[in-house]
Amino acid sequence: MIVELLDIIIAGLLLGGIYALIAVGLSLQYGVARVFNISHGEFIMLGAFATWILYATANINPLISLIICGPFVFLIGFFLHKTLFRSLLSSSPSMDIFESKSMLACFGLLFIIQNLAMLIWGTDFKGYSYLNVGVNIGGAVFAANRLVTLLYAVVIGTAFYLFLAFTRLGKAIRAAAQDPRTAGLMGVDINQVLALCFGFGAVMAGFAGALISMCYPIQTTMGLEYTVIAIIVVTLGGLGSIVGSFVGGFLLGLIGIIVSYIEPSLYMVVFYFIFSLLLLVRPKGILGK
Amino acid sequence: MPILEGKGVTKYFGGLAAVSNVDFSVEQKEAFGLIGPNGAGKTTLFNLISAALTTKSGIIKFKGENITGLKPYKICRMGIARTFQTVKVFPDLPALSNVTLGFHFGMSPGLSSKDAVREATELLEFVGLSALKATPAKDLTLANQKRLEVARALATDPELLLLDEMMAGLNPTELAQAMELIARIRDKGITIIMIEHVMKAIMNVCERIMVLHHGQKIAEGTPQEIATSEEVIKVYLGDKAHARS
Amino acid sequence: MDIAMLKTPKNLITGAILLVILVLLATLPLYGPGYPVILLSSILMYVILTVGWVIFSAPTGYISLAPAAFFGFGIYTSAIIGKAIPFAVVVAIGGAASFCLALIVGALTLRLRGIYFAVFTFGLLMLIANSFNYYEIHFTGTRGRFVMVKGYDTIYLFMLGIFVLLMITATIIKHSKYGLALMSIGQEEEAAEHTGVNVVMVKVIVFAVSAFFMGAAGSVMATKWTYIDSGIAFYMLYSFMPVLMAIFGGMGQLYGPVIGAAIFTYVEELLITRFPEVYMLIFGIILVISILYLPDGLVGLIQASWKRFSVRKHADT
Repeated sequence: MIVELLDIIIAGLLLGGIYALIAVGLSLQYGVARVFNISHGEFIMLGAFATWILYATANINPLISLIICGPFVFLIGFFLHKTLFRSLLSSSPSMDIFESKSMLACFGLLFIIQNLAMLIWGTDFKGYSYLNVGVNIGGAVFAANRLVTLLYAVVIGTAFYLFLAFTRLGKAIRAAAQDPRTAGLMGVDINQVLALCFGFGAVMAGFAGALISMCYPIQTTMGLEYTVIAIIVVTLGGLGSIVGSFVGGFLLGLIGIIVSYIEPSLYMVVFYFIFSLLLLVRPKGILGK
Repeated sequence: MPILEGKGVTKYFGGLAAVSNVDFSVEQKEAFGLIGPNGAGKTTLFNLISAALTTKSGIIKFKGENITGLKPYKICRMGIARTFQTVKVFPDLPALSNVTLGFHFGMSPGLSSKDAVREATELLEFVGLSALKATPAKDLTLANQKRLEVARALATDPELLLLDEMMAGLNPTELAQAMELIARIRDKGITIIMIEHVMKAIMNVCERIMVLHHGQKIAEGTPQEIATSEEVIKVYLGDKAHARS
Repeated sequence: MDIAMLKTPKNLITGAILLVILVLLATLPLYGPGYPVILLSSILMYVILTVGWVIFSAPTGYISLAPAAFFGFGIYTSAIIGKAIPFAVVVAIGGAASFCLALIVGALTLRLRGIYFAVFTFGLLMLIANSFNYYEIHFTGTRGRFVMVKGYDTIYLFMLGIFVLLMITATIIKHSKYGLALMSIGQEEEAAEHTGVNVVMVKVIVFAVSAFFMGAAGSVMATKWTYIDSGIAFYMLYSFMPVLMAIFGGMGQLYGPVIGAAIFTYVEELLITRFPEVYMLIFGIILVISILYLPDGLVGLIQASWKRFSVRKHADT
């Protein structure tokens, strides 16, 4: 019984680490850049496929390709904001209208990125085996790659938290999240900060994608499911809060594992149910003020 | 019977009392002023009367009828109309449509669209905007947007009109026009409660004034009484000024 | 709406033209069956979804991603009760089922603003789709259901009927005081409420009316596919396409979405048959370009260039 419980809790944490990382990116993009990025999952997919390609063709260690994939996804996000979202921002009379327009544009991006990926990689499942050895924790056995994934998720999340808390750029980002206009008056180059934020959000998605590719089979149509998970976690944890994303991520991971344990086919139903209920009852999230 | 009556009206934001145990009574056809330093709870009180916010405790009665807990549109249809501290016109609608809406959904909702347009046109003339009736509200000057809000409120055919800082940000000419407009609204027999920081306006227009400070009523009386009240002077000028005088 | 307004000569001519087009469309099956009837049914399907979406979402600015949920409710109605009852009644019930769903959803959610509303309606769609899927597999033991088959002409005529009813409803709403109320809600909801508009009631009713037409269209289209499951009935694109088509066509006039949906559906048919592998890509690009460069849609673009053209003509003479 205790072993079983421990099994569920650890499995929940392992799943939750990835969820948290996905959510941090979305939280940043919406919390600061005000872009509700429905195509977030597509960046996860890009990160996953880039890692897979590097492993399959050049046999590059996935944990090292993180360093290569990060900048690659960052640049895509950064330039998307510099061109598409910035132009939408300047043509929108109000923030509400910008949010609606940019969300719809993200649907467009979703179609574009996914279709391009399908043209290149098809729609079959892809996968590779890395660190797929069992590790025994208190009687329960877990794959080493999942443990590494959790470790990486926590390290990346913490690093990003420290970056926001202590660096000059981090402070500018937080100022922009609070009040873009005043931040602009205080000498923050607001367009640059927003573009960087969108890029960082994309990087988080890319990292998450790379980690996911180590543990699960990947597919070009996988994006939307992860976007939905990211939205649920962000809704759970509250927008713009990194700590909230981690709390929400672990919570959803646990719920997911518990539901799979009891009735696997109810998995998605429960996710969407929690999601809908949360938006109704507490749209600001459990940690939101 | 007073047209509007409040007993023990209270509202908290978090742990902070924005309006605390305030009693008030406004007579028919009166012009009643509401003043106080920033954050005194004036707009909160307006929001409670017009039901934009719900009271924590206390009762508000309109013409003897308890209106606490009603929805804003109900309050409006009973005959209480309001304007907003930060103007809330419908930006993309022409001035005329801003006003027509009030005729369709206010006290007399049975109007045909032709009649509503005719009445709205007359009302725009009344507030001095007839030349701008086709202009989208967002393209009007601030003073004109405020007039448009007044026209929209009047279109609902109210007995009681709540004006929230109608004079703020106006130049002297516009100020004179606004005061003249208020006088003409009173000629129609409409009771007015106004929040105002422009003292000259409130002293000239109102018969009685209530002073709020930190959510509490600290004084009430004629402009004369308020202007000489030690308590009010203390609040507005601080203790030092008071000590020196 | 004012009857007198309809009596001006210009409106009379427009009315006459519309009537001729309607008669032509209604008698189309007489000229021979075949591809045009099938294509027009698909076009009408998207036109109904798009105009239905526009009735509520265009003036209020509430972006609903629930059309697929309402459409799917109609489809399932047809599949469940279709064989026992006359077709017209089935279609009415399909509409009514979606109407009721929208009443509940609307009453629960219309206090959510901005993207929260959009995201919620999307989540709801997925919740309903997954719940249906779970129910079918665990309680009825099959994935999908067979729907009774109707002739292409019947499907077409029913779609045309729903379309005409929808356009009449949309026009009445737009020109009534409720049309004005919807716009005021979209622009400054709080002020609308303090001007006597029962905003919750207006929003929920119009949302439900728009859902009625989507549901009715779903019950008709179900018979075209003969087999449905939760994946087909609640296909996400039925929620996205109306938004895309409305933006592409332009929402300033009621005919904007109609033109947008008609062109788009035709292009979709072409792409799916000729270039199935890039059709999402092209949709995505059109969506992004429309949002970036066509703020008032195709109709807005045509109106603007027409204005420029007539100004130049006046300058020349």
